[in-house]
Amino acid sequence: MSAVGIVGGIVQPIVVLGGSPLLVGVMRQIRARLEGRAGAGILQPWRDLRKLLRKEPITPRGTSEVFRVAPLVLVATTLVVAVVTPFLTTSSALGPVADLFAVVALLALGTVALALAGLDTGTAFGGMGSSREMTIIALVEPTLLVAIFALSVRVGSTNLASIITSTVDDPARVISPVSLLAAVALVVVIVAETGRLPVDNPSTHLELTMVHEAMILEYAGPDLALVELASAMRLSVFLGLLANLFLPWGIATSAAPLAIGVGLLAWIVKVTLLGSLLAAGEVFLAKLRLFRVPELLAGSFLLALLAVAASFFLA
Amino acid sequence: MSDTVFVQLLDLACGALLLTAVLILWRRELTVIIRVFAIQGLALAVLVAVLAAHERSAELGAVAAGIAVLRAGALPYLLRRALAGHGEVRRETRPLVNVASSLLAAAILTMLAYAVSQPLIALAPSPATQAIPVGLTVALIGFFVLVTRRRALSQLVGFLLMDNGITTVGFLTTAGTGLAVELGVSLDVLLVVLVLQILTTRMRETFGDADLDELRELRDS
Repeated sequence: MSAVGIVGGIVQPIVVLGGSPLLVGVMRQIRARLEGRAGAGILQPWRDLRKLLRKEPITPRGTSEVFRVAPLVLVATTLVVAVVTPFLTTSSALGPVADLFAVVALLALGTVALALAGLDTGTAFGGMGSSREMTIIALVEPTLLVAIFALSVRVGSTNLASIITSTVDDPARVISPVSLLAAVALVVVIVAETGRLPVDNPSTHLELTMVHEAMILEYAGPDLALVELASAMRLSVFLGLLANLFLPWGIATSAAPLAIGVGLLAWIVKVTLLGSLLAAGEVFLAKLRLFRVPELLAGSFLLALLAVAASFFLA
Repeated sequence: MSDTVFVQLLDLACGALLLTAVLILWRRELTVIIRVFAIQGLALAVLVAVLAAHERSAELGAVAAGIAVLRAGALPYLLRRALAGHGEVRRETRPLVNVASSLLAAAILTMLAYAVSQPLIALAPSPATQAIPVGLTVALIGFFVLVTRRRALSQLVGFLLMDNGITTVGFLTTAGTGLAVELGVSLDVLLVVLVLQILTTRMRETFGDADLDELRELRDS
């Protein structure tokens, strides 16, 4: 554990916690402007969260502890990922946990907790949403693992910090078939995992199409606020991972205040830029039919697998 | 050209070959498939041009130019004409194996290509020979498209994909078959496409469709 790692471990969760609703706000604002609406302003997600947190906590009759614990598990796992993953600095506060498999497992744990909570409500919508989410995650998790694994093959370690450090040392690696294939696969997977278009539409409550919304339909008050906050945090964690795996420019390699400042700025700019691109892209997309989603995900799995294969072929 | 640039360009061209092969398997619209096929021809031409620049061989450069004209220009043009000839259905609607499964099958084919080509690479390890599995994968995916699609036009694309793969392997192993051989092969491929184009047009005129599964009986008229 190094000084720079500890600084990262303290600053990162704070920025993720405070910044992710703003990121969602920026993305909504961009969508609104591109669609010719005025938009609610980038602070709106925070205002919504504040309103929800003040309400009285209620849970539906007949639900068990699974339903009550799920939002906490979701937030907690995402926070741990935000602490350990190298976003701001190249070293991690808890080196061994910043492992590819550990991080993906933590993120999957949150999703599974939410799916279980959806089943726990016993309503038709909750079950339907959970079953759809499981269909998606069955292809998303292996793709996520395999895509990042393609990058770790040439480093010889599945530690995210080592992968990012080696990319910082040798930026030319980014322009190789391995990186390009893995990047495309990872983008598709992130879109699916965070429930954005064209896999899921986060802004509708149309029963035919919803996936994520159906699972959290029974949540209200502070619990709903936690779920909303966690999904915003997951989005920024995924985008940060994407940005740093492929474009690790500006990331802090020492604990000097200047390096930390530059690292922080670069991280925020990169994530905001990626989020804006995602939001702008969504304006031009229609939601995919649910039966076509496995096709999309199978394609991205194949791309990730080809990336791994290519890292052996062309080594 | 320095060695690292050579290796990077070679790898990028190979990556483009792989990606286009997968896209052909993935998409349903025939127009998109033909466009992707043209891009793949271009990637193949770039691959040969990179090899030519590395070997400083004018003959190989000429072959690269020929490949660019034939595979990125002439063949896609002929395919597009075959498609536009009639107001045919523009999508591959019912492949024998559905798209998600065929993508997963392509993953297995990739592994197979890698396993099979290991002894070949061991003969003379170099950046060029290490890319042999890519060529083999493209050939196998082409064969898969050939046997699982129903429309005559997509089968034709599968055949051409297979040929692209074989050509890639050829160039990567020997760094250039002779100019005469390459010309002969290219002419053959062109002839095959021309003949098949006429055949599909005829089939459509006679039967109204080019779905090969429907063509079971012989007719006189």
